Amino acid sequence: MAVVTYREALRQALRYQLQNDERVFLMGEDIGAYGGSYAVTKGFLEEFGDKRVKDTPIAESVVVGAGIGAAMAGLKPMVELMTINFSLLAIDQIVNNASKLHYMSNGQVNVPIVIRMAGGAGSQLGAQHSHSLESWFAHVPGIKVVVPATPYDAKGLLMTAFDDENPVIFIEHTALYASKGEVPEEAYRVPFGKAELHREGRDVTLIGYSGSVHQASRAAEDLAKEGIEAEVLNLRTLRPLDVDGILASVRKTHRAIIVEDDWKFGGFAGEIAAIVQEQAFDDLDAPVMRCSGHDIPMPYSGKLEQAALPQEHEIVELAKSLV
Amino acid sequence: MKTDRAKLLQTMLTIRRFEEKAAEMYARGKIHGFLHLYIGQEAVATGAIAALHDDDYLVTHYREHGHALARGLDPNRVMAELFGKATGVTGGRGGSMHLFDVAKSFMGGYAIVAGHMPLACGLALAEQYKGTDRIAVNFIGDGAVNEGEFHEALNLASVWKLPVLFIVENNLYGMGTDIRRVSAVTEIYKRAEAYAMHAVQVDGMDVNAMFDATARIAERVRSGGGPAFLEAICYRFRGHSMSDPEFYRHKDEVEHWRRLDPIARLKSQMLSDGALSDEEFDRMQQTAEEIASEAARFAEESPEPALETLHDHVYKERA
Repeated sequence: MAVVTYREALRQALRYQLQNDERVFLMGEDIGAYGGSYAVTKGFLEEFGDKRVKDTPIAESVVVGAGIGAAMAGLKPMVELMTINFSLLAIDQIVNNASKLHYMSNGQVNVPIVIRMAGGAGSQLGAQHSHSLESWFAHVPGIKVVVPATPYDAKGLLMTAFDDENPVIFIEHTALYASKGEVPEEAYRVPFGKAELHREGRDVTLIGYSGSVHQASRAAEDLAKEGIEAEVLNLRTLRPLDVDGILASVRKTHRAIIVEDDWKFGGFAGEIAAIVQEQAFDDLDAPVMRCSGHDIPMPYSGKLEQAALPQEHEIVELAKSLV
Repeated sequence: MKTDRAKLLQTMLTIRRFEEKAAEMYARGKIHGFLHLYIGQEAVATGAIAALHDDDYLVTHYREHGHALARGLDPNRVMAELFGKATGVTGGRGGSMHLFDVAKSFMGGYAIVAGHMPLACGLALAEQYKGTDRIAVNFIGDGAVNEGEFHEALNLASVWKLPVLFIVENNLYGMGTDIRRVSAVTEIYKRAEAYAMHAVQVDGMDVNAMFDATARIAERVRSGGGPAFLEAICYRFRGHSMSDPEFYRHKDEVEHWRRLDPIARLKSQMLSDGALSDEEFDRMQQTAEEIASEAARFAEESPEPALETLHDHVYKERA
């Protein structure tokens, strides 16, 4: 299997879709002539032309809304929003239109759109380019929320997103674009709603997604040196959420820590903790814990930014306190 | 395209009577929530929609019963939707503000002001992409023009030369607020001109004028002339919704506009032309009455949606 970057894995999925489905087109700010702010679509304008790869004005709401309208008319648009922070300018379209049209129309309309955006911090981009707002989208019924952690996930989940008949919010992590991993050259699909057992263990379950899977993995390695075997779950999608997978792991290890970059207060980790205590209370030997980002706007300084994010040593200390 | 005035008159009468019946049903507690009546504005939907192809997309706002009836949605199923019944056009899921009938290219009523304008751009984009001559027609109210999405949509439509026709129903009030108090430029078509878009203003109380202007402008859009904008000056005779006490308008202003009633206007024109007799008009009114009464009866007797369908259609499953 070839070793490629997360960025290249995404490119492979997009190219496959453009080559194999005439209904697919891409649009977004600077995705064409510029090549995409994270270079995911570099060269696509030359390869596929401006009917399939559209540079848009900086106007997130109409770009997403036009994608929704095109999807209602039978096309398969992929809209790129540069960063998740900018998606807030389009949140009316995502929440009031994309997520609700199938229901409101009693099934007459559906919205097969893929909305890609970069989330997460770690690149010193300041408070308005560095947040993890996936829980805001995961809160909304009618949309799906995808959070790939590895190049393998990135390609396979993006392929699945294009097969889906519903709006898919596809959140890439800015700090992962250059990360590498094994990716099959051929087309393959990674199903939604099925977590990956990233590392097996027996003493505590570390639940992560996107960038936090890697933090949890490194923490698990440190814990192993001290004789604690941590299991690491990579959620892959927040909605649908692999509740069965989470519960199965917790029933095995009897302890759970959720690791996420998002703000702790009202974040997605709280949802997982609630599900675990509702459905697996008797299997728990310790309270479900969260290792989340600090409740502050992201600072620019590299030192402060790192301190605002979950740290591996914090995961290790939390795990040791539970076992 | 030639106007069939009798048909236009019948459609306006039907919308008027249907709305009056809906108001009655609201007062009797059969219809709940918000009910935004279209009474007074019948000429806009009737004239415009008659001038379009049946498969041109309609994307409209929350005051959309008139557009739905003008497009030929089943009045029984529209009324049943207002009642929230299973037989309604969206099975009781959408209600008054969210009518849909995709088989009739009626792509919905939307209740976030201006939030539906990007969708119309997208529908138009899809048809441009597919190479058809279908256009998207987007009805908005004057309240929409100060939303950011108005500007985003007009700009995108213009730079991409999308086959979309925006029709603003300028009834001078955004809910209860006079346009002059909240809009820097009250002649809305001028705003569209700022986006290099062909834009015209038309008397929205005159159904013939609406028909002619729409037929002309839609043809321009259909033949690749890019997006266009039509401002229909009109007036609603009743409050914003059934819960509106309507303290904000002067009686003489309302009276002034009532004298411009589009139905009375077409009727007297046709009577003086000899195109209509009083007996024929009575029969048309009778037809409207029967349609409205039958719709209310149908809605009343229809079943409630089944509770076990509560979670249906949150997600579309793969076929």
